[in-house]
Amino acid sequence: MKLGFSAADEVFRAECAAWLQAQMAGPFADIRGIPNLCDAIPRRKEWEQQLAAHKWSCIGWPEEWGGRGATLAQQVIFAEEYARAGAPNRINHIGVELAGPTILAFGSEEHKANYLPGIAAGTHIWCQGYSEPNAGSDLANVKTKARLEGDEWVVNGQKVWTSLAHYSDMIFVVARSEEGSKGPKGISFLLMDMDQPGIEVRPIRQINGEAEFNETFLTDARCAADAMLGARGEGWKVAMALLAFERGVSTLGQQMQFRNELDAVIDAARANGKASDPVVRQRIARAEIGLRLMRYGALRMLSGTDPTVIDGAALTYKIQWATWRRDLGELAMDVLGQAGEIAAGDHYAWGMLPNMYLYSRSDTIYGGTNQIQRNQIAERGLGLPREPRGDL
Amino acid sequence: MGHGLTMEFAFSDEQAMIAETVQAFFRENATSERTREAMAAKGIDRELWSDFCTELGLSGVGLPEEHGGAGLGMVEFAIVAEAAGAWVAALPLLGLATAARAIAAGGSEAQKAEWLPKLISGEAIAACEGAPGLAEDGGRLTGAITPVPYGALADVFVFVAPGKAWLVRGDAVGVGVTPQVTMDQTRPFATVTLDGAKAEPLADAAAAIAAVHAGGWICLAAEALGGAQATLDRTVAYSRERVQFGRAIGSFQAYKHRLADMMVDIEQARSAVYWAACAVNEGSDEAELALHAAKSFCADTYHMCAGNMIQLHGGIGFTWEHDAHLFFKRARSILTMLGDGQWHREQVARLIMGAAA
Repeated sequence: MKLGFSAADEVFRAECAAWLQAQMAGPFADIRGIPNLCDAIPRRKEWEQQLAAHKWSCIGWPEEWGGRGATLAQQVIFAEEYARAGAPNRINHIGVELAGPTILAFGSEEHKANYLPGIAAGTHIWCQGYSEPNAGSDLANVKTKARLEGDEWVVNGQKVWTSLAHYSDMIFVVARSEEGSKGPKGISFLLMDMDQPGIEVRPIRQINGEAEFNETFLTDARCAADAMLGARGEGWKVAMALLAFERGVSTLGQQMQFRNELDAVIDAARANGKASDPVVRQRIARAEIGLRLMRYGALRMLSGTDPTVIDGAALTYKIQWATWRRDLGELAMDVLGQAGEIAAGDHYAWGMLPNMYLYSRSDTIYGGTNQIQRNQIAERGLGLPREPRGDL
Repeated sequence: MGHGLTMEFAFSDEQAMIAETVQAFFRENATSERTREAMAAKGIDRELWSDFCTELGLSGVGLPEEHGGAGLGMVEFAIVAEAAGAWVAALPLLGLATAARAIAAGGSEAQKAEWLPKLISGEAIAACEGAPGLAEDGGRLTGAITPVPYGALADVFVFVAPGKAWLVRGDAVGVGVTPQVTMDQTRPFATVTLDGAKAEPLADAAAAIAAVHAGGWICLAAEALGGAQATLDRTVAYSRERVQFGRAIGSFQAYKHRLADMMVDIEQARSAVYWAACAVNEGSDEAELALHAAKSFCADTYHMCAGNMIQLHGGIGFTWEHDAHLFFKRARSILTMLGDGQWHREQVARLIMGAAA
């Protein structure tokens, strides 16, 4: 048992760190460290394409599809250096980290040839059509319907909380394709073009004033019959496998961003004298300990011999980081005092720490609420009886 | 997707085997009956200690081989302490983690040759405590040290103060020991009074103190991890058997979520213990921070879990007959022993932001 990465991995770290830092100091300095996901969208698309041009856009993918076949360790290192360099959040996170790996795992050669090059090149931004007004935590309750008409699926329904749909080119949709089916059976996993008359996107304003997510209305929206991953009516398996990617390596790069946020809290405490308050010091120490344990938990997760086995560290990771960041947001505001409640400019937009305070309230909700996480930990991790459904 | 793994923050095959062996040993031998016999007597299961030291041969983990030790490192020691903690074993393991390591790290060759083989074989018991208020005069110490864990059973003491470390023989003239009725009966305290007692300084006090800190904090953190995991495992088992309102109580969300919260913190405690153990082994510059993090986080986790164990068992969990109180009392003891959580977190704060202005 050892800490740290191999010497070869450290060489890789130096290589990606040098490139990323040069980009953020040079041609993309204008989008370095911007906190809000919806700012400077055109520049961020250019950044995606710059990453692609240098083969840094999807390093975990196989080389034949534009990746580098990078190991998990290398993916972690890249994510760390990406955040350390202050590079902006990936506008195509959903394409690179979720859609791509799912297409690689479940797609035919034709699917791969159709969809992967656009993601790898940074030209096709993806969004996720999962949640609906009556299918949030209970995702299996989706009501959006898909019917086959000739060689096309025709889809009707409403999706919600669709992050970045207003900038996306593609969407993957879970829809009920089998008449009269209920629960996880009878759902198909479809890949649809956003640019069509049957899809309408309405932004939803969030508590921080931004509109990162949307309602997405599907009215006779169409895609080809074979624009589907997994068998007809068996898309639930695909949908769940995708969520496992969401809970895996893709979240690890956040830790360096969390590091930057905690450092900003410490700097603020130093600047206004609260760094000498013993209560604040205790809370900062707790945050520091939590962040370190997050890192070593992630390393334990990635050091497991079989990456498909969800062990304790992996199962508890989401609630751990989400709760940690929510607590950090509260600490940040307590350190800032009322100065944190006053915007810098004349419109409703927030700097790093107040924005994190507000945004972190979504961390404990999206991707499985803390309550759903606890159910999963208890049922899958501790083997406790499942919660009975009320309607099946 | 590339799954080639180059990280090794997981047990090696040999470490996994040690874990399995030592857990089986405690499961078989450190039974509730035997622990309770020890609690009613002097707080030690002497036979278990002897078997642990001689038959299992893991008492020398982390101690030099030329003096009867088993070599290996802090990870293996943490594995042993985690297993001992899981069974709240009534054993003087902490003395090996602190006093024996202090002698190994800071003692003379003669001190090592005299004490380490006897401590490793279980023939002698060691205790260690911080003693900043002792008066030293011509190689003799005067003052009272309290509380000293396993103090009433110790054949040799190591006392440490800033910049100083002494070895005092239990049978030296001027050493008086008064056992104390202690809430955690599996690791009872004593007051040790020194009245001009002869003390041998450990030559390298700084090394001895560092060894006491690393060994003691890892020992307590790993015991806490093992104990916390045991409270979770036992409560999960109970919640699947116990039926109320026509359902196993473990199917209710209010109950499940509390168990889930225990698991979330236990997984972090596991990362903390083995991070700190590796950092000490590797001489990492994170080692000091890791030790403070591990001691404070694991102690808090254990206490939260042991409290939940009582609550989630209902009335039976409050009885003397049930083992829940053994965990709860050990957890309480660990919270304060060798520095409380607030002190350790202030050390973390100092390391990352400097002293308070």
